[in-house]
Amino acid sequence: MKDGERTANPVPAPADHGRASTGLPIVEATRIVKRFGPTVALNGARITIRAGETHALVGRNGAGKSTLVSVLTGLQSPDEGKVTFGGSPAPRLADRDAWRQRVACVYQKSTIIPTLTVAENLFLNRHDHGPSRLISWTGVRRRAQELLSTWSVDVDPQTPAGDLNVEQRQFVEIARALSFGARFIILDEPTAQLDGAAINRLFDRIRDLQRQGVTFLFISHHLQEVYEICDMVTVFRDARHIVTAPVAGLPRTELVAAMTGEAAADRRQERPSSLDSTAPPALSVRALGSDGDYGDVTFRVGAGEIVGLAGAAASGRTEVAETVVGLRAASTGNIEIAGRRPRPGSVPAALAAGAGFVPQDRHHQGFVPDMSIADNATLSVPKRLGQGGFLNRGRRDRLAEGMIRNLAIKTPGPELPVSGLSGGNQQKVVMARALADDPRLLVLINPTAGVDVRSKEFLLGKVEETAQSGTGVLIASDELDDLRMCDRVLVMFQGRVTNEIARGWHDHDLVAAMEGMDLNA
Amino acid sequence: MPETVVADASATATDAHRAKRIALLGGRIPLARLRDLALVPAIVAIAIVGQIVNPVFLQADNLINVLQTMSEMALLVLAQTMILIVKKMDLSLESTMGLAPGVAAWLVVPAGAGHGLGLIPGGLSIPVTLAVGLLIGVINSVLIIRFGLNGFIVTLGMLIVLRGILTGISGGQTFFQLPSSMLYLGTAEWIGMPASIWICLALFAVAIVVLGWTSFGRSLYAIGGNVDAAKAAGIRTDRVLWIVIVTGSLLAALAGLMLSGRLASVASAQGNGYIFTVFAAAVIGGISLNGGKGTVFGAFSGILLLFMIQNVLTLAGVPAQWIGALNGLIILVALTISRITGGKVQE
Repeated sequence: MKDGERTANPVPAPADHGRASTGLPIVEATRIVKRFGPTVALNGARITIRAGETHALVGRNGAGKSTLVSVLTGLQSPDEGKVTFGGSPAPRLADRDAWRQRVACVYQKSTIIPTLTVAENLFLNRHDHGPSRLISWTGVRRRAQELLSTWSVDVDPQTPAGDLNVEQRQFVEIARALSFGARFIILDEPTAQLDGAAINRLFDRIRDLQRQGVTFLFISHHLQEVYEICDMVTVFRDARHIVTAPVAGLPRTELVAAMTGEAAADRRQERPSSLDSTAPPALSVRALGSDGDYGDVTFRVGAGEIVGLAGAAASGRTEVAETVVGLRAASTGNIEIAGRRPRPGSVPAALAAGAGFVPQDRHHQGFVPDMSIADNATLSVPKRLGQGGFLNRGRRDRLAEGMIRNLAIKTPGPELPVSGLSGGNQQKVVMARALADDPRLLVLINPTAGVDVRSKEFLLGKVEETAQSGTGVLIASDELDDLRMCDRVLVMFQGRVTNEIARGWHDHDLVAAMEGMDLNA
Repeated sequence: MPETVVADASATATDAHRAKRIALLGGRIPLARLRDLALVPAIVAIAIVGQIVNPVFLQADNLINVLQTMSEMALLVLAQTMILIVKKMDLSLESTMGLAPGVAAWLVVPAGAGHGLGLIPGGLSIPVTLAVGLLIGVINSVLIIRFGLNGFIVTLGMLIVLRGILTGISGGQTFFQLPSSMLYLGTAEWIGMPASIWICLALFAVAIVVLGWTSFGRSLYAIGGNVDAAKAAGIRTDRVLWIVIVTGSLLAALAGLMLSGRLASVASAQGNGYIFTVFAAAVIGGISLNGGKGTVFGAFSGILLLFMIQNVLTLAGVPAQWIGALNGLIILVALTISRITGGKVQE
């Protein structure tokens, strides 16, 4: 294990690197094209990162950020274009050691082994060997201690890695990356699972390392953080490079505009509100809180009203919606559906109270793929299929045929397994089930994720139709198109409802609110 | 979120504090090491109880008897331990233990006496036994690693197939008149102790060193803990898995050889039902069924504890008809003991 010795003493570069220094770019990717089947994930994208700077990469979901990261870290080769490190071409994909010396990525998903100690994780497969060719555990421990203290990471190398919190784990992964000799580190949404104080500690660490000559590519959904920590920012949209500019010279409004694209004007015409303020509200949520996820959430959804619940990935919007339908139980507060208070944390109780539900991920929670359309669509209404627990197949198929017509599901018949349908039609089956019992409250989480444009229009049209019949609708999503028809949108940020935006908003207002940024600041 | 901030800061502080506290002797003996010794107090307690129940218990003859009867199954435990650490499992070990010496006996035992064919000289019986073990390991590896089939079902199928082959070649009967080479490992004495005990102890010692102090051994833990991270660290995971599964089958063949030698026969049911005790011993010894956790020493103390308890019951004069029920009960009690002394939820 000679390569173990090579990296024993990481030497920090001299600290006189100015911020945003010029010179050869440490990484440059040009004209990158990457396709996955018919999808174009990167379309002529480019990025140039100079040594010593902290560079932000921002863009909405699907902009191509993660694909670029996997190209830059050598996990995937681009279909076209090339990547250079310090002017020389990137190593072969199979040469993992060469890639590790140039670039490292701290992913949101951990790449440490929880059952082993921190020291062993740092030097896995490159342990210190004693004279007898056996591993010298004292050597491994000493070297881990040296490494951790060189980069001032305050973690005991003897701790099992599974006992670390997210923050410590990130520091350990950064230290490991540095021990391979990489001085360019990609941080993929490092703040998503951290609280405010931990984020500040992470930023202090990033600034420290930057002074020691480490270059960062920082990926975040929180634009505020970009302004706080980064020198340069690159915006991707729809698989393309939009702009690269110094952060200081780019006003927030322009950054948000670059992310959303000016062309995204209001596509839907105004819809008359179907809110019926005389009827009792479909949903009222009071002071709802759950440790670590969200807190102090209060709102109501009137009969016939469509309310959006917007927010970034970790904002708590999904958790609130799942609490409403009983997939989770809140620790404080209460929920009333159409005047009844279902038992917290019970889906059957929420359904009985009059809720219909389209879950976040149809593949996980939405349907049973190998069961037929008829079985799936009627899964939540067994009592309408027959008496005494027996089900009447004829009645089931009639009910399902009605749904297939109503939602225009493209299928030869109700007996086809759902796995044989396209994504859009699968989602229609899930929607059909949510509507099967004529709900008083319809809760939708990311209802159009992974659905083609026409099915999307159709599904959203169906939602409006449902609202017109007096049903209250709650849509938890970060997809602007889902939220456009809402009577009002509640914006969540870090577990709190921070804004309420009435219909007629502009894209950049909503995006800025979701990213926790005040455009007027 | 000011309140969560405060809570987190104090949590970090207590984490650091706890880390200091659990590392004894200046950090030289981490808690993980101590957990390996979790069963030692239980073993000592059983020894004391045994001595009280019957003064024969702690005499050398009795202890050697315990070690010898457990030596074959202990090799299966060793094999299963390595396989569990890489997050696989091999149910077919018990059938391998019967079939490998069974094939050797079938080819070697002279025709006329039972179902023997008498095709090859007796001196080849040991190589044949090990070759059969190797072949079974290769078949398992091809199905599990190369074709990506579910290891549980593959080895369950192999368990049934291999048992069936042994019943087929033996006509459901027992092979006797084994050649002297097959008897040797089960009967020989080296320096006053049966050879099978020496072999068993030596293999465990080697495994403790390999799994604890070599890069290859540590890669087993890395693969079981997080296979993607292991790949990212440059470990050739498929090759390690191959070696582990094939070695496991080889150990089972060796165990079968030792058992056949001791009993001077190969019954068509040799090893039948062993696998449940093997799993129980591994889990009692602290091996996680979810991979990546546990040590060879722990597994050894697990199987030792089980056999000591059984021996104490026998010495206490428990009727033979009740031993089966008690064996199951022992496993449950031993699991509970290791849960209490180990302190962690078993997965």
